Amino acid sequence: MQIPCPLCGPRDLREFSVRGHALGAKRPEGETWSVDWDDFIHNRDNPAGRTEELWFHGGGCSAWLIVDRDTVTHEVFGARLASEGGQ
Amino acid sequence: MRYSGLQVLWQGLTGNRGWGPAWRDPDPKSEYDIVIIGGGGHGLATAYYLAAEHGLTNVAVLEKGYLGGGNVGRNTTIVRANYGLPGNSEFYSHSLKLWEGLEQELNYNVMHSQRGIINLFHSDGQRDAFARRGNAMINQGDDAILLDRAGVRKMLPYLDYEQTRFPIYGGLYHPRGGSARHDAVAWGFARGADRRGVDLIQNCEVTGIDIEGGAVRGVQTTRGAIRAKKVGIIVAGRSSQVAAMAGMRLPIESHVLQAFVTEGLKPVIDHVVTYGMGHFYISQSDKGGLVFGGDLDFYASYAARGNLPMAEHVVEAGMTLMPMIGKARMLRSWGGIMDMSSDGSPIIDKTHIDGLYFNGGWCYGGFKAVPGSGHCMAHLMATDRPHEAATKHRLDRFTTGRGLMDEEATGSQHNLH
Amino acid sequence: MRLDGKGLIDRDTPVRFHFDGKAYEGFKGDTVASALLANGVKLMGRSFKYHRPRGVMTAGSEEPNALIQTGTGDAMLPNVRATVQEIFTGLETRSQNRVGPLDRDLMSVNDLLWPWLGAGFYYKTFMWPRAFWEKVYEPTIRRAAGLGRMTKGASPEESERAFAFCDVLVIGGGPAGLMAALTAARSGADVIVLEESADLGGRLLSDGEDVEGLPGPIWVQEIRDALEETGRVRIMTRTTATGIYDGLTFGAVERVGNHLPRAQDLPQECFWRIRAGQAVLAAGALERPIAFPMNDRPGIMLASAIRTYVNRYGVTPGENVTLFTTNDDAHKTALELVDAGIKATVLDSRPNVSPHGDYRVIDGAQVIGTQGRRALSEITYRTASGTHKLETDCLGMSGGWNPSVHLTCHKGARPVWDEAIHAFVPANNAIRGLHVAGACTGAFSTTDALTQGVEAASAALKTLGKRIRKPDIPKASTDAGTTSALWSVEGKGRAWLDFANDVTTKDVRQSAREGFKSVEHMKRYTTQGMAPDQGKSSNIGALAVLADATGRGIPETGTTTYRPPFTPLALGTMAAGAQGKGFAPERFTTSHKAVTARGAPMIEAGLWYRPSYLPAPGESHWRQSCDREVNMVRNAVGVVDVSTLGKIEIMGKDAGAFLDFLYTNMFSTLKPGRVRYGLMLREDGHVMDDGTTACLGEGHYVMTTTTAAAGQVMAHMEFVSQVLRPDWDVRFVSVTEQWAQFSVAGPRARDLLNGILDTPIDNDTFPFMQCGTARIHGIDGRLFRISFSGEHAYEIAVPSTYGDALYRDLVARAEALGGGGYGMEALNILRIEKGFITHSEIHGRVTAFDVGMQGMLSKKKDFIGKAAATRPGLLEEDRERLVGLKPVGSVKELTAGAHLFEPDAEATRVNDLGYITSVGYSPTLGHFIGLGFLRDGPSRIGHHMKMVDHLRSVTAEVEICDPVFFDPEGGRARG
Repeated sequence: MQIPCPLCGPRDLREFSVRGHALGAKRPEGETWSVDWDDFIHNRDNPAGRTEELWFHGGGCSAWLIVDRDTVTHEVFGARLASEGGQ
Repeated sequence: MRYSGLQVLWQGLTGNRGWGPAWRDPDPKSEYDIVIIGGGGHGLATAYYLAAEHGLTNVAVLEKGYLGGGNVGRNTTIVRANYGLPGNSEFYSHSLKLWEGLEQELNYNVMHSQRGIINLFHSDGQRDAFARRGNAMINQGDDAILLDRAGVRKMLPYLDYEQTRFPIYGGLYHPRGGSARHDAVAWGFARGADRRGVDLIQNCEVTGIDIEGGAVRGVQTTRGAIRAKKVGIIVAGRSSQVAAMAGMRLPIESHVLQAFVTEGLKPVIDHVVTYGMGHFYISQSDKGGLVFGGDLDFYASYAARGNLPMAEHVVEAGMTLMPMIGKARMLRSWGGIMDMSSDGSPIIDKTHIDGLYFNGGWCYGGFKAVPGSGHCMAHLMATDRPHEAATKHRLDRFTTGRGLMDEEATGSQHNLH
Repeated sequence: MRLDGKGLIDRDTPVRFHFDGKAYEGFKGDTVASALLANGVKLMGRSFKYHRPRGVMTAGSEEPNALIQTGTGDAMLPNVRATVQEIFTGLETRSQNRVGPLDRDLMSVNDLLWPWLGAGFYYKTFMWPRAFWEKVYEPTIRRAAGLGRMTKGASPEESERAFAFCDVLVIGGGPAGLMAALTAARSGADVIVLEESADLGGRLLSDGEDVEGLPGPIWVQEIRDALEETGRVRIMTRTTATGIYDGLTFGAVERVGNHLPRAQDLPQECFWRIRAGQAVLAAGALERPIAFPMNDRPGIMLASAIRTYVNRYGVTPGENVTLFTTNDDAHKTALELVDAGIKATVLDSRPNVSPHGDYRVIDGAQVIGTQGRRALSEITYRTASGTHKLETDCLGMSGGWNPSVHLTCHKGARPVWDEAIHAFVPANNAIRGLHVAGACTGAFSTTDALTQGVEAASAALKTLGKRIRKPDIPKASTDAGTTSALWSVEGKGRAWLDFANDVTTKDVRQSAREGFKSVEHMKRYTTQGMAPDQGKSSNIGALAVLADATGRGIPETGTTTYRPPFTPLALGTMAAGAQGKGFAPERFTTSHKAVTARGAPMIEAGLWYRPSYLPAPGESHWRQSCDREVNMVRNAVGVVDVSTLGKIEIMGKDAGAFLDFLYTNMFSTLKPGRVRYGLMLREDGHVMDDGTTACLGEGHYVMTTTTAAAGQVMAHMEFVSQVLRPDWDVRFVSVTEQWAQFSVAGPRARDLLNGILDTPIDNDTFPFMQCGTARIHGIDGRLFRISFSGEHAYEIAVPSTYGDALYRDLVARAEALGGGGYGMEALNILRIEKGFITHSEIHGRVTAFDVGMQGMLSKKKDFIGKAAATRPGLLEEDRERLVGLKPVGSVKELTAGAHLFEPDAEATRVNDLGYITSVGYSPTLGHFIGLGFLRDGPSRIGHHMKMVDHLRSVTAEVEICDPVFFDPEGGRARG
């Protein structure tokens, strides 16, 4: 699997680690526990198909990426910098 | 037909023509008291115990493919009760007790082999953490022995004690741990459930869950609608999809875990051995293959197959730990879909919908749980009360923060457990 | 028997090798199988379950029978295919899976018991008495099962791993692959060709066909020359593509040195990870056997394999050969045999078949039995006219060909049934970027192969945007042959499907009768296809028998899943280099040489090594050293390397706000020149890490993390900065390796420092929690007045280059003041005495509340983990919370990992109230001390409890106390 890092170009899977679904980028407002927080930390749509995930290019440029990929075919459609499209 | 050595002898003498089907192949009826979605290990065990322990036999198990085709047929077959946290501790202890005697219970040889598990540790800190867990096991009534390096060396002379990157300080030995023949567990429960009247319906995919007024009424399937008073979702690997049919969103992400087997070898590894400095666990099947596995590939996946980086990493761990295996050849690699829950522990609970029950989130520890999970799930579905060994496996523990069972202590990130 | 004038072996280079202790001679280019056949050896192994005598069945990696052991001692390899292993002088080989000599295997008694050892028999018995499973039944089964033997020592042989990249990867060096490679290379693509056997050519080396008017092998050599001429082709023979993975990544294993004498300094094998722009699969096809009664005797093999032995190795496996076929292909073998002067007879299952040459054909015939104990001597066959016997010493069988679709299925695609050729072919576009050509598509003529090779390469080149230059298609045979379907022959006796696992047609039918009707159930119940050959020659036949038994068609029955690796892959090759220290990198501090020179035992701390203690002369036990070092720090001064802690330099206008967000407590108020302790949570409200952060200037901080969490914290900060707060002006970088940092701790710490600082300090200029730049011996460094021991202490940092020199200087000066260097054991005791936590305490399941730091959760700002930490379950009083412990009864020892109970309670789970995380003997206090977690711990301070460590058989009465044992007011650090 290759991830098209916007900064480094297509790079091998070995250089990355994965955090989970990209909704982990959408941190809720509010400083006390709520349904929004529960959904942010725990609950997932977990689709069988196309989805977006947070990947970290720790073995490369250290960029956090939002990777658009398919959980059934493993096809990778693209990746963008989380800093530009996270929120 | 009852299975026995005598029966095998008789059938062998008479041309093996008398063996009947292990289970019927019924068409679904239009209504059942209980419908179990999922004919994997947990679903079949639930059906078995509903019939065997609660006398509930108007039960159907709906399986979209073939019985036992999920993770029960593609795991590394480890059976153990070596958990450290309340909740898991009593649950896996309960499950192991059910394993002990499962052959006689089911009249089916699932080849449960209590050959012992050794969890190796590689630092003083790790030893103390393992000691804490081992003491919890004994507190629970299970068995654990803390081995020093010499003790490990006596049992596992083939490990690398001189050159390995992370020296072996010792191991936590769980003598009652071991392995079993994974497929046989599914088949044994299936046969037992079928003999008690449960309908096992293969090639029957559930496409919808009928809910009226906050209560479940039945399911829609590729073989027609089926009414039911109670429905259990027991479809690890597809939990999120099926739960979504009931409007539920789960604290679960699906990930791929690879597993591997080598060509057959004469006996060389007599225990289950796990490495403490990276995920690697290995045992030798009765057929002779070295069966081993490691960590998730870490990206979400329903593909039931993984990639080389993790496969290589798993073998690397094996090579630094027991370099003899370099001479064995990997015969086959495969993948399973893991329900990774937010704390790494499973869920056996009622849902907010009356009559709808959920069992899932087994991460990659579901195989050893099969009898316990089925037993506790059947108890829950039959009595509407949790079994005393599964009171903490609640769906709401994530939002309350009460009774989290984070054995790996990695927090709420699904793929880190 | 060796044939004159045939074969591609090097007759000028004889090679001596051993099989089962006996010397044999072959020629360079022979495999073990061909050389043994040349020597008249037919018995090469024993079958898995029934221990039946077995000979070679194939001439390739799909061999189910002739598995042998090669090498000696710890270099011995089990389950080596005799059909693949090339001979070399000195090669030692042995048969396997036998008790006693190969021709008198004692385990062959199993064959007499076959009626009781059929499919799944073991699921129905061995259940009584229960205790016998582990004690009697299982050990017996285990000893009987398995194939080759593996010694418990590491192999002295080495292998390698490598990466390769190309525009077009061509898998298979037969006619299709060669034309694909030529097309791609001439069109300007960089090409890699993988060929499993020792030479390019595929079936052209075996079939005696001409191409472009040249004998096959000669044409192959011409193409090889042409490929090399382009300068763009890397030809890798003896290389098998083992699997296809995401993004057109391939695994491949190259046999580099294991066909050569050991004197050559070469790795055994190399595991290649190949990334291809596009790929062409030209993997050919595998002939399938026919399941007729007693079809497994030595001397019975595939018809095509006979052709290979004759034409490639100059060997005939028999002198009176019979061929049993359902198709035209075996007739080619008859022709080649006749050409070599060997008698051949063809039994064709089809009616009205005429010979293609000078050999006898018996049409409408089916073999229904065979005779011969250790080698075939006679067969029985049936025609319309009745049952007949025929003497023969070799029977070639051909049930048609299965395209090698394996790699097209590795990503989940299922092959498609082609009724015309009675075989499964690859699904269209099974894998994007993988183009199929030749026999693996079901196109069986040589012309088809050549043409499709060009076409497949052209499709690949088009995707790559290359201008395509197609070579002319050479003239070759257009005969694809015809075939009929005959999967099994009824008759008396067992008919083997899976030779390797001893699965017969009876087993498959019984499986269906017992309800195991899905192909996956049948496979798992009978073990069909689960042997080393993964059912390469038998799976399709077995599912055809299953289809027949269940009344379904073959396509509805479907195949099992094809999985990598294509051929078994040595673990030592796949993970070459990982043995021993190669598993993970080693990180060394700048003081490593100095402490090891002092005899310090080193312990692993993540990837780092740190000294456990620094033994003084006369000390024989670690406790002596540790106690001395603790006393030294408490009474004089000690020096320890703390460079392994993560150090992160943070700058920017929003750096203060960033730290406020990362830590639970406030940092934006921290003044330049000051240091503050901080607590960091995960977003789920549990403690992630702790450490100090120093403010070096306006918007300039340096954070320290624990050694264990350095990487995690860095990735977390990147996440917070890039994903959650991308608009903030903050930049940071890890400087862990740039700075060597040492802790100087003890009452004489400042005396020591003032000897090396260009500008001396005092308590007013440099009070507790002060930081700043400092010149040390003229070097620009940093000084932090922080303490992990509770003593008056500093951490001094210099560029790593000076680390070794500074450490040695500090230790020497410390020794002059009555102190010295100390290690991790003493460091641990010192911090337990002070109740300072490490990852033994913040182990991932604890909250700030649990460690008594709820006061550090700022109410004035948001921070990571703030909301989740308010979950009710995380704040309940009866959570397990941090306490100190000391022994108060007759047992004076504490152990980490022990659990805590009320003094009179039984040590069971329901009574379990907590556990101990850290313990040690405090020389300062003169007794053991410990830290642990206890339900509602703070309210139990002063109570006595029972500590039980079942594992170490220690039970002790303990008093619960405040976790800070020493200098609770903290005066020593400030003084």
